[in-house]
Amino acid sequence: MEQDNGNKLYTFLIYSENIAGLLSQISAVFTRRQVNIETLNVCASSTPGVHKYTVTAFCDEEMAKMLTKQMEKKIDVLKANYFTDDQIFINETCLFKLSTPVMLENPQVCSIVRLYGARIVEVNPTYATVEKTGMTGDILSLFNALNVIGCVLQFVRSGRIAITKSKIEHLDEYLAEREKSRQEME
Amino acid sequence: MAEKITGAEAMMRALEHEGVETLFGYPGGAIMPTYDALYDHKKTLNHVLVRHEQGAVHAAQGYARVSGKVGCAIVTSGPGATNTVTGVADAMMDSTPMVVICGQVGVAMLGTDAFQEVDVVGVTQPISKWSYQIRRAEDVAWAVSRAFYIAKSGRPGPVVLDFAKNAQTGMVEYEPASVGFIRSYNPYPEIKKAAVVEAAKMINDSVKPFALLGQGVELGGASDEVKELLEKAQIPFGTTFLGLSDMPSDHPLNMGILGMHGNLGPNVMTNQCDLLIAIGMRFDDRVTGNLATYAKQAKVIHFDIDASEFNKNVKIDLAIHGDCKASIPAVTELVSEAKHDAWIASFKPYAEKEYNKVINKAINPTKGPLLMGEVVRKVSEAANNEAIMVTDVGQNQLFACRYFKFTKPRSVVTSGGIGTMGFGLPAAIGATFGAPDRTVCVFCGDGGFQMTIQELGTIMEQGAPVKIILLNNNFLGNVRQWQEMFFHRRYSFTPMDNPDYELIAKGYRIPVKTVVERADLDAAIKEMLATPGPFLLQCAIKEEDNVLPMTPPGANVDEMLLE
Ligand SMILES: Cc1ncc(C[n+]2csc(CCOP(=O)(O)OP(=O)(O)O)c2C)c(N)n1
Repeated sequence: MEQDNGNKLYTFLIYSENIAGLLSQISAVFTRRQVNIETLNVCASSTPGVHKYTVTAFCDEEMAKMLTKQMEKKIDVLKANYFTDDQIFINETCLFKLSTPVMLENPQVCSIVRLYGARIVEVNPTYATVEKTGMTGDILSLFNALNVIGCVLQFVRSGRIAITKSKIEHLDEYLAEREKSRQEME
Repeated sequence: MAEKITGAEAMMRALEHEGVETLFGYPGGAIMPTYDALYDHKKTLNHVLVRHEQGAVHAAQGYARVSGKVGCAIVTSGPGATNTVTGVADAMMDSTPMVVICGQVGVAMLGTDAFQEVDVVGVTQPISKWSYQIRRAEDVAWAVSRAFYIAKSGRPGPVVLDFAKNAQTGMVEYEPASVGFIRSYNPYPEIKKAAVVEAAKMINDSVKPFALLGQGVELGGASDEVKELLEKAQIPFGTTFLGLSDMPSDHPLNMGILGMHGNLGPNVMTNQCDLLIAIGMRFDDRVTGNLATYAKQAKVIHFDIDASEFNKNVKIDLAIHGDCKASIPAVTELVSEAKHDAWIASFKPYAEKEYNKVINKAINPTKGPLLMGEVVRKVSEAANNEAIMVTDVGQNQLFACRYFKFTKPRSVVTSGGIGTMGFGLPAAIGATFGAPDRTVCVFCGDGGFQMTIQELGTIMEQGAPVKIILLNNNFLGNVRQWQEMFFHRRYSFTPMDNPDYELIAKGYRIPVKTVVERADLDAAIKEMLATPGPFLLQCAIKEEDNVLPMTPPGANVDEMLLE
C-alpha cells in the first residue's frame, strides 16, 4: 500500500524479552519520529519467553530502517525487522454486531455476508454476531456494504498479524548466535 | 544457607560488589531504610550529601566523566526522583555511565497516588538506557549488577533503579550477582572484516582525508589507537566539544573544533575533503549545520558502537559497527603510510585568518573590560594545560571549550547534548571526587551559577577543591547574543541584577576574589590555584561580547561569521 507522499505501509515484526514496559518503549520510538502506528498486535511468540509485536505504519524505507535500529537499541528488544506486503503472509480479523430486526427488513444483508465469506456466529432476536478474516480492504468493504443498510451496532477490526515468507528464521538465528557467545564467555 | 539480610543491606553489598566508592545523594521517606543501611557502610561507601537532587546526578556525571567509572546517585521517591530527571536526560544524550537509585512507595501502594509516589519508570524510560523497578528484595543483587553492566558497556548511559520500600525492608538470602551477558543486548558487536578492509582502501585512496573525533574515542579508551591511525596516514582531524581531550590540543594534526562555534578551518574543510572519517561522534546538528550541503563532495566512513547512529543525520558510505578500540587498530594495520602535506597546509590560511580576526582579540586584549577568552586561556596555562575543564552552559562554555587547552585525556566535563544550565558547579564537585589528584576548574556564567548555587554548601562541607571561575557579564549572555544577532537587539529578559557573590562565598566560607582590572588577573589566578580547597574567582566580564566565529543556525557548515 502506498500513500500520495510515497510512504509505504511497512509491517514491523519485533521480538522482545517478556519484560514489563516494553510496549510503551516500542511505541515511543514511532511517536518520537512522528510516525503514526496504524495497527498493533502483541502476543507471546512460538519461542518461550519471547513476545512478538506486529506493527504497521506508513513511512519511507529509510525511516523504517531507522525505526528498527532504534527499537533494537532498547535493552530487552531481541530483534526488529520491517517488511513490505510481498514478503509476508498477512491476516486480520473483524467482528460485527448486527441488528436482527434491521436484518429481517433487509434480506440482502445475509447475501452480503455470504458474498464476503463472513461467518454468522450467533443470532438472537436482538442481534447477530458476524466474523470475518481477511485483508484490510475486504474487511472495510464489507463494513461499508453493511453500514449503508444501517444494521451495524458495533464493528471492530483487529490489528494485522503476519508471518514471514522467508525460509530463514531470523529470530532463531539470532538466539542461536547469542547462545553461542554466551557459552564462549563461560 | 546464606544469612538473611534486608533488601537495603543487600543494596549496599551489591554496590560494594560493583566497586562503588562514592555516592552522591539526598535522603527522604521512601529511601530511609537504605540510608539506614548506608550508616553501617560509611567506611566503604563515601556518601556525599548534596543540597538538591539535581546536584547529585550532575555530580555523579562529573565523577563518571573524569574517572571512567560509573557515577552513582541515590535519592528519595517523588520529588527526589523527579529532581534527577534533567541529569538522567543529560547523561543519556552525552553517553555518561550512571546509576540512579531512587526510593519508591511499597508495591501495595503503587498506582494509588500514595504520598510521594511518582511513576518514575514511566518518566525515565524514554530518557534512560534502562529503567527498572525493584519490587522484591530477592531482585536487588540481579538488578544492581544488570544496571552497572548496562550503564558502562557498549555506548554508556544512565540507568534508573526504582527501589520499592518493601523491597528495601524485605529479607533476602543475599548472594552477589555478576551480570555480564544479556541475550537481547550485544554491546560489543563483532567487527566485520570486510568493512575494515573497505575502510582501509578508502583511506588509502583518499587525497584529502579528514577525521572527526567525538567522545566515543575517549569512552572507548582509544585515544592511542586513533592517534596511531591518524599519524600513520597523516590525517588531519577536528574534534567535537565532548571529544576535546581525545588528543592533545597542540597535536600537529589537530585542526581544532567542529561546529557552530568551532574553528574556521575544520568547518570549511569539512566541505572540501574527499573523505570524512567520523569516529565516535554522532553528527549533531550543532556540528553539521545545514545537512543538505554538509560534506556532499566527500565519501563518509562512520565508526560507532551504536548502530542507530548510522545514516541518522548524515548519509554514510561505510559503517564500521563496534568498539573503536578494536576496529581502529584493525584498519591502521591495513592503511599505508602516507603524507598529505599540501592538504594539511591548506588548513593554515583559515587558522591564520581566524587568529587575526577573532582569537588574538579574544585572548590578548589590551584595553577595555575583561573578556572570557583571555580568562579561560590564562587559567588553562596557569594550570599547565593539565587541569580538568568543567563548564556550565552559555558563552562561558563556548569560550572555555574554544580557549582551554588539553594535554591529558578525560579532561572535559560539559553538557553537550542537552545544554543544561546549572550543570557546571555540581559536575565539578563530582570531578574532584573522580579525579582527586587533578586540578578541577569550572567556568560558569552568572545565570547558570545561580541555577545550582546551593551546591556551594556541598563544596563547603566536603572542602571539595573546586576552582570556580565566575564569568560575570550581568546578562544571560548566550541568549543576549542571539537576540543581538537574530532578534534586532530586543533584549527580552536577558539583563540580570546580580547579588553580591563575594558575600555569598563568604557565607559558605569559600575564599573569594573579584577581578575587574586586567592587571590583577594573573595574580588572582595564581592565588586561586595556590589556595588549597575551593576558591571562587569572580571576573567582571565585558557585558555585551559575542562568541565568534559562528555558523548561524541552519546555515552551511562552511559559512562561518567571523564578525
Ligand atoms: C536549564 C536551562 N535553561 C535555559 C537555557 C537556555 N540558555 C542557554 S545559554 C543561556 C544563557 C546563559 O547565561 P549565563 O549563565 O549568564 O552564561 P553566559 O552565556 O552569560 O556565559 C540560556 C538562558 C539552558 N541552556 N538551560
